[in-house]
Amino acid sequence: MGSLDLRHIARLSRLHLTDAEIKFFETQVAQILSFVDQLKAVDVEGVEPTSHPLSLCNVFREDEIKPSILLEEFLKNAPRAKGPFFEVPKIIESHS
Amino acid sequence: MKHQNSFVHDTGSLSKLTIHQLADRYANGALTCDGLLHDLSAAIRSRDRDQRQIRAYINFDSIRPIRREVPKASKLWGIPIAVKDNLCVAGEETTCGSKILKGFISPYHATVVEKLLNAGAVIFGRTNQDEFAFGSSCETSCYGPTRNPRDPERVPGGSSGGSAACVADHTAIAALGSDTGGSIRQPASFCGVVGMKPTYGRVSRYGLIAFASSLDQIGPITKDVRDNALFLNVIAGHDPKDSTSADVPVPDYSDFLGRSIQGMRIGIAAPVQTPILENAVKVLKSLGAKVEALSLPHIAYAVSVYYIVAPAEASSNLARFDGVRFGFRDKSAPSLLEMYEHTRGQGFGAEAKRRIILGTYSLSSGYYDAYYLHAMKVRTKIKNDFDAAFKKVDAILSPTAPSPAFKLGEKAASPLEMYLSDIYTIPANLAGVPALSVPGGTDHSTGGKDLPLGLQFIGKPFDEGTLYQLAYAFEQATDYHKRLGNVC
Amino acid sequence: MLTTVGLEVHVQLDSKTKIFCGCRIQFGGAPNSRTCPVCLGLPGALPVLNRRVFDLGLRAVLALSGTISKKIKFDRKNYYYPDLPKGYQISQWDCPLGRGGFVELDSGKKIRLNRAHLEEDAGKLIHDQSPDTSLVDLNRAGTPLLEIVTEPDLENPAEAYEYLSHLKTILKAVGVSECDMEKGQLRCDANVSVRNAASDPLGKRVEIKNLNSFKAVKAALEFEVTRQTEAFEKGVALTQETRLWDDKLQKTFSMRSKEEANDYRYFPEPDLVPFTVSEEEIKTARAEFSKWELPRQKKERFAKQYGLSDYDACLLSGQDDVALFFEETVKLSKNAKAAANWIIGPVFAYLGSKGVTLNQTKLTANHLSKIYQLVEKGRMSFQAAKDNVFAEVIANGLDPETVMKEKHLEQVSEDGALIEWIAEVMQANPKVVDDFRSGKPSAAQFLVGQVMKKSKGKANPGKAKDLLLIKLKEI
Repeated sequence: MGSLDLRHIARLSRLHLTDAEIKFFETQVAQILSFVDQLKAVDVEGVEPTSHPLSLCNVFREDEIKPSILLEEFLKNAPRAKGPFFEVPKIIESHS
Repeated sequence: MKHQNSFVHDTGSLSKLTIHQLADRYANGALTCDGLLHDLSAAIRSRDRDQRQIRAYINFDSIRPIRREVPKASKLWGIPIAVKDNLCVAGEETTCGSKILKGFISPYHATVVEKLLNAGAVIFGRTNQDEFAFGSSCETSCYGPTRNPRDPERVPGGSSGGSAACVADHTAIAALGSDTGGSIRQPASFCGVVGMKPTYGRVSRYGLIAFASSLDQIGPITKDVRDNALFLNVIAGHDPKDSTSADVPVPDYSDFLGRSIQGMRIGIAAPVQTPILENAVKVLKSLGAKVEALSLPHIAYAVSVYYIVAPAEASSNLARFDGVRFGFRDKSAPSLLEMYEHTRGQGFGAEAKRRIILGTYSLSSGYYDAYYLHAMKVRTKIKNDFDAAFKKVDAILSPTAPSPAFKLGEKAASPLEMYLSDIYTIPANLAGVPALSVPGGTDHSTGGKDLPLGLQFIGKPFDEGTLYQLAYAFEQATDYHKRLGNVC
Repeated sequence: MLTTVGLEVHVQLDSKTKIFCGCRIQFGGAPNSRTCPVCLGLPGALPVLNRRVFDLGLRAVLALSGTISKKIKFDRKNYYYPDLPKGYQISQWDCPLGRGGFVELDSGKKIRLNRAHLEEDAGKLIHDQSPDTSLVDLNRAGTPLLEIVTEPDLENPAEAYEYLSHLKTILKAVGVSECDMEKGQLRCDANVSVRNAASDPLGKRVEIKNLNSFKAVKAALEFEVTRQTEAFEKGVALTQETRLWDDKLQKTFSMRSKEEANDYRYFPEPDLVPFTVSEEEIKTARAEFSKWELPRQKKERFAKQYGLSDYDACLLSGQDDVALFFEETVKLSKNAKAAANWIIGPVFAYLGSKGVTLNQTKLTANHLSKIYQLVEKGRMSFQAAKDNVFAEVIANGLDPETVMKEKHLEQVSEDGALIEWIAEVMQANPKVVDDFRSGKPSAAQFLVGQVMKKSKGKANPGKAKDLLLIKLKEI
C-alpha cells in the first residue's frame, strides 16, 4: 500500500521526532499496517461506509445566546498571554 | 452536613460497601456523608503507604470532595464517585494522563459530572489511565503505571485501569470510566469488578476528552450489577450539548434486576471455548436461558478496522493540543512551527505519537480510500453482523478478554500484541451496541494467585436493561463478586 | 488571449450566535470575550449545529436556484494554525449543503455555481502589536460562513465584478447576510488563468487571496491577467500558486511557498450527525423567501407596474435603498415617471459627484416628491428646482417649499406682474417685435426668454408666453 514516509507524516501532524524515534516507529507502524492489510480480503463492493454507529440525523440547537466564558479566569490556562490575547511566536506572513 | 462523631466504625470498613448498601445506611440514619468521606480518605491514605503501590488515583494526596446541595432523596446522595482523568471537572486539573495537558484547569463540568452532582453524588478523586486512553494496561500514563490490586505484579488493564483498580481495592465505592475499544470492560475483567459500556449515544460525551469520537462512551465501574444499574440510570439520557447523544427514553434499570431469564436466547460467537465460558453457559442454562451458536463472520476484522478508524479520529482529536491556549508548551521554540512540533513532540508519550502517526497516515492523501474508507465499509459489515444476530438472540456472550491480567511490561514492547488484548471488546464499539463485563470466575493457569476473569454480555442498541437482567441473574447464581471480596 | 476566472465567496450568515455554540456574534468587541469551551476548542467540548444557520444556508441555495443535496454532512479539514483552535475546521467536503444554481448577469449570461457549503470561520491574528509574537483573538472563530463557488465561467474582471454585485444583491434581498465587506461579512478568493484559444486546455491556475472589496477583486484580476498574458507571450512558464493582493501597491505577490503541500486529510466529522432536508422543508424555505423579492423579479415588476424602460427599471431596482426610496416617492406623488427621472437624473448625479450612497444623504421621499410637485403645479420652474432647490434639500435636509420661498424662486403667474414685464421687454426690443409682426414667429421665443431674464426666472414661462402672444397680436 505504498511506502511509509514517516518524516512527512510527522510534519503533517506537527510532531518532532528524534532519529531514534523515527526508526522505532517506522518498524512498529509498518508491522501494524501489515496486520491491518488483512482487510483487503473483505469484499466491500456496494457497501456504504459507517462513520457513525447510530442512525441519528438532523440534530440542531436553536439560535439562542449562551453566556461566554470568564476570560480572565480562563487566560490562566494560557501558556503565554498578552492582555486578553493568546500569544504565539511571530508568524511571518510576508511575501517574496 | 455535620460529622456525627457519635457514629463509630472501623476505619476503611465503610469503603467496602456498595452504593445500595450505603444508600440503605443513609436511609436508616446510620451514616453521614462526612463519615463516609473520612473513612474513604483513610482507606486511600493507608493504600498509598502500603508496599503494593497500586496508585489508582493521580491526586491521592490532594483529593477534595466536590458536591452540591440537593435533596437527600436524590439517587446517589452522599455517594463518592471516582472520576477518570479524561472527564472535565470544573476548577480541577484534567490531564487525560498526559504531560501535554499538565496545568489545564477545566472551566466547565462534563455532562456526566453535572448529572452526578445533581443526583447528590460526591466527586471524589481522579483516577489514572493510559495517556489519552491509548492502551490496555494503564502503563502509558504520564503519572506512571497503576497496579492490579489482585496482584500488584500485574496491570489493572486499561485504559480505565485506575477506575477499575480503586473499585476493586475498596478505595472507591464506584468509578466513572470511558470505553473506546474495551477500556471499561477489559480492566473490569482484569480487576474482577463490573463495567458497562453503554450504547453509543446513551451517555453524553460532552466533557469527555475525545479519543475516537465515533467509538467513545462513558460508563460505570462498580462492585456489583445492582450498583452498575443504579449508576447508569443517573448518567444516561439525552444531552442537547452532544449532537450524538440519542433522545431515547431511559428505563429504570433496577426494574430489570431479579427478573427471570427463563427462555431468553443467548448467542455464542467465540471461536474458542474457555472454561469460564463453558461454566457460564452451564449456569445460564440452569436458569432457563437458551444458548445457541452464532455466526458473526466479520468480527475477525474488528481489531484491524479499529486500528484504522480509532487512530484516524484520534489524530484529528489531538490536534487541539498545540500549546496555544492551554496546557504544556515548549516555550524555548523560536518559531511557530518549532513551537508546535516541540510542544507536541515533548508533550505526547510514545503510544500517543504512534497513534497520531498511524491515524495521520491512513487519512493522508493517497491512502484515505485504501485505509480509512475501506475500514469504514468493513465496519458496516461488522455492524450488519450484529443486526442479523440480534434478530435471533437477546444477547451475545463472550469472554471479556483473551487472558487474565498480564504482568507489567509484558506487552509494552509489542504494540500489536497489546492491541490484540481487546479482541473481544472492540466489536461492540464499532457496532455501537452496549456491552457489560461481570466477574465470570478465576483463572488458576498462571500459577500463584487466582486472577479474575470477566464475562461479557453484548446487547441490542439501547437494551442495557436486558444485559443487567442477565448479568444480575448470573451474579446471583454464582458468588464470584463475593469471592473476590467486592461485596461484604 | 482568453481569461478564465472562478470565484470562491465566503458569506457570513446572519445569525445571532455562532455556528456550533451559543456565543454571540458581534463585530468588534473585547478580544476573546465572546468565546466558550466549544469555540476555544477546549478538550471535551462538542459542536451542535445552529438551526438558523442551516436554514439561512438553505434559503441562499434556493435563492441562487441551486439544488439541496439529498445527504448533507460535515467533514473535518485538518491543518495547524493558531487562529484555528481545534486544529481542524468543520467544513463540508463531499456532501455540501447545495450544488448547482447560477447568477445571471445583465447581459443574460448565466454564471453557473458549482456548490455552496457551510463552514466555521477562523479567529484573527494580530501581527503588529508585539515585535516577536503574534496575538490570537478567537471572537470570530465559529462565525457561520456559506462558501459559494462558481464554475470557471467568468471571462474577464468586469464580469467578476458584476457577478459579485448581483450575488450580494440576491443574498441581501433574501435576508441571508448583510454582506458588509468592511465587517468581513463577504470575502472573496479568485482563481484566474489565461490561455491562447478556447481549444487549449486551461492555463496554470493562480489563486488570489486578500481581496477585501469588489474593486480589489477587479483590480487584482486585471493585474493578474496582464501579468499572466505578458508571461505567456514572453514564453515564461507560469506556476500554479497562491498570490496575495496588496491593495496599497495594487499588485499581487507570490505567497511564500509553505514548507509542504497542503494535505487537509478530510474525513467525516464524527461529532456531528448527517442532515437531510425533506421536500416539505424545501417548500417551507421557498415560501419563506418568496416573501422577499429577488432582484430580477423586482426589476420586472418595476418595468411593468411603473411603465419604466428595462434600463430605468434596472437602475432603480439594483440597490435596495434606491428601490425602496423610489417606491416611497411614487406612493407620495402618484407620478412614477417624475420620480424615476429625478432619481436617475439629479439624485444619481449628486451621489456620483459626492461618492456617497442614498442612505448617507438627507434626502427623503417626501422632500423629493414635493420638489417635483412644486414644478408640476407651476409654482417653480424645473430649472430653478434642479439648480437651486434640490442641492439644498439633499445636502441639508431642508423643506423644498421653504427653500423655494427663501430664495424667492416662486414662479409668478399673476397677469399683472407678467404684463408689466412683457410691456417692458416689448418696449426695449422694438425690432424683435417688428420681426414677429412681419411674420417671424420664432422671434416670440426670444422675447419669452427676455421676460424670464427680467423676472429672474420667477415668471411662469408658459403663462408668460401665452400673454406675450396676446400682446404681440394686439396692435
